[in-house]
Amino acid sequence: MIGTGPLLSVRSLTASVTTRREVIQAVRGISFDIGVDEAVGFVGESGCGKSVTAKALMRLTPEGTSVVLGGEVNFMGQDILAKSEIEMRALRGRRIAMVFQDPMTSLNPVLSIAAQMTDMLRHHTGLSGKAARERCIDLLAQVGIPDAARRLDDYPHQFSGGMRQRVMIAMAISCEPDLLIADEPTTALDVTVQAQILRLLLRLKEERGMALMLITHDFGVVAGMVDRVNVMYRGEIVEAGTIESVFASPQHAYTRALLDAVPRLQSAGQVR
Amino acid sequence: MTALDPAAIVEELPRPLLQVRDLSVRFPARGEGKALKAVDRVSFDIGPGQTLGLVGQSGSGKSTTGRAILQLQKAHSGSVRLLGEELTTMSATRLRQMRRHMQFVLQNPYSSLHPRMTIGQILREPLLVHRSVPPARLQERVAELLDLVSLDPGMMQRYPHEFSGGQRQRVVIARALAVNPDFIVCDEPVSALDVRTQAQIVTLLQSLQERLGLSYLFIAHDLAIVREVAHRVAVMFRGRIVEMGSAAQVYDSPAHPYTRVLLDAVPVPDPVRQRERLRRAPPDLHFLEGDGGGCVHGTDHASSNTAEWHEVAAGHGVSCRYWPSR
Repeated sequence: MIGTGPLLSVRSLTASVTTRREVIQAVRGISFDIGVDEAVGFVGESGCGKSVTAKALMRLTPEGTSVVLGGEVNFMGQDILAKSEIEMRALRGRRIAMVFQDPMTSLNPVLSIAAQMTDMLRHHTGLSGKAARERCIDLLAQVGIPDAARRLDDYPHQFSGGMRQRVMIAMAISCEPDLLIADEPTTALDVTVQAQILRLLLRLKEERGMALMLITHDFGVVAGMVDRVNVMYRGEIVEAGTIESVFASPQHAYTRALLDAVPRLQSAGQVR
Repeated sequence: MTALDPAAIVEELPRPLLQVRDLSVRFPARGEGKALKAVDRVSFDIGPGQTLGLVGQSGSGKSTTGRAILQLQKAHSGSVRLLGEELTTMSATRLRQMRRHMQFVLQNPYSSLHPRMTIGQILREPLLVHRSVPPARLQERVAELLDLVSLDPGMMQRYPHEFSGGQRQRVVIARALAVNPDFIVCDEPVSALDVRTQAQIVTLLQSLQERLGLSYLFIAHDLAIVREVAHRVAVMFRGRIVEMGSAAQVYDSPAHPYTRVLLDAVPVPDPVRQRERLRRAPPDLHFLEGDGGGCVHGTDHASSNTAEWHEVAAGHGVSCRYWPSR
């Protein structure tokens, strides 16, 4: 499979999440592939297991919980579930990177952007301090942050929501990952900023030939972004297909319900 | 296009329930800076049983407008009349009485319900404060309210954490309805919810409007949802209303360039068209910088003492600020 197979191959993945209150079967045996430089969407409502799936690929656990994973996750020929925590650290951020919904909670508020970005770069790439700084400025400019050299020493709270999300994306792509996971990357943002971030993700994916896993509850967001889509409901993939076929002829009742729930600007007749 | 007072356009509505005129809110400067005009001379009417949708990006002054109408935020100037009574100059005692006519539904159903009160206690509170039903009828009224928002009255003894986001938002709506209000400010009432739950809450708000004749100020950054619920729509940018008209006028023939920017940014649920849109060159937004320039039609509104407002069709007006230079 190495070299010719998909970048990521997931088979019968299960995740049982233990919280303070209860044990939840959050992911119930799902299988999917993501090809090299392919974009795949995961659509479902909160609690359907899409975020737990994404975190499982990086062996991260939702805060305040413990997770038991089962099944197989094969990434670039490596068995992710068999890796030690130390081995995972070499992979996270380097080969698989993640952008979360809320950049304010995923950035450290008391460290400057420079400190957070260069730390990761130096860890993974061994760049010198000065070279890492240069690279950060370049990355911030690439994601459309004006006056990047000056903004590098600012703190997270000095950026707007959209700009913070750009910083997160710059950090995520800084080590040129092979797979970028974006979990509701635009949910907290205004519609004009959302369009900017989606454009940016699409451009970076195409320029860098990285694979993209886009997780959202909104079919409108995945529409122009992905090649294929997996619809998740209660820990299972209930429908999978190309984005065109799922939009044109959804097979599962739940997919139809989700598509119908997307509010439309034009009256129904004009779009369909 | 003629220069016209925005008020003159909406004056045609039969007896507005709510009348807002030249409402301004300022936030004092921090340090050396200038005071922020969070809301800048905003005027509109809402008729009985009508919904005005208020859209715009975060920081545009939508929520501050809602709060200033409810007198939760002090206005710098301007007038807010509800049921013919001026709220901005009203005594605290009288205002407390008026509060039963105007209620608030907020975005986050997790933080707007007290975690240690049961649903029954939460719904009894407004009834006790406004003494709207005799004590003997309290229980019955709470059950009625739950029924009104399609929740099982048997849930009265439960706590908020036992409910899903959509159910909590139903409780928040029931609490707002407890005192039989005429007017509700809904501030991003569905943006914290999943799409399917959003659709259910929107349907609930619409059916309540029909049954109870409620008027809504519906604040949201999601333009598609506002299209579904609003009779009239106002678009805010940097504290000003830049366009206002019927939902069909604003969405089908937007006149202000900022409105067009907003509408163009909404994802289309169609893979082929949406992909094509995302690949198009991003719009040039430089015209939205600065203070919006002078009147695009060259009218000197300051010396003629007219509003920076131009009618493009009956009931459909735009601001002459924030236009690309010609």
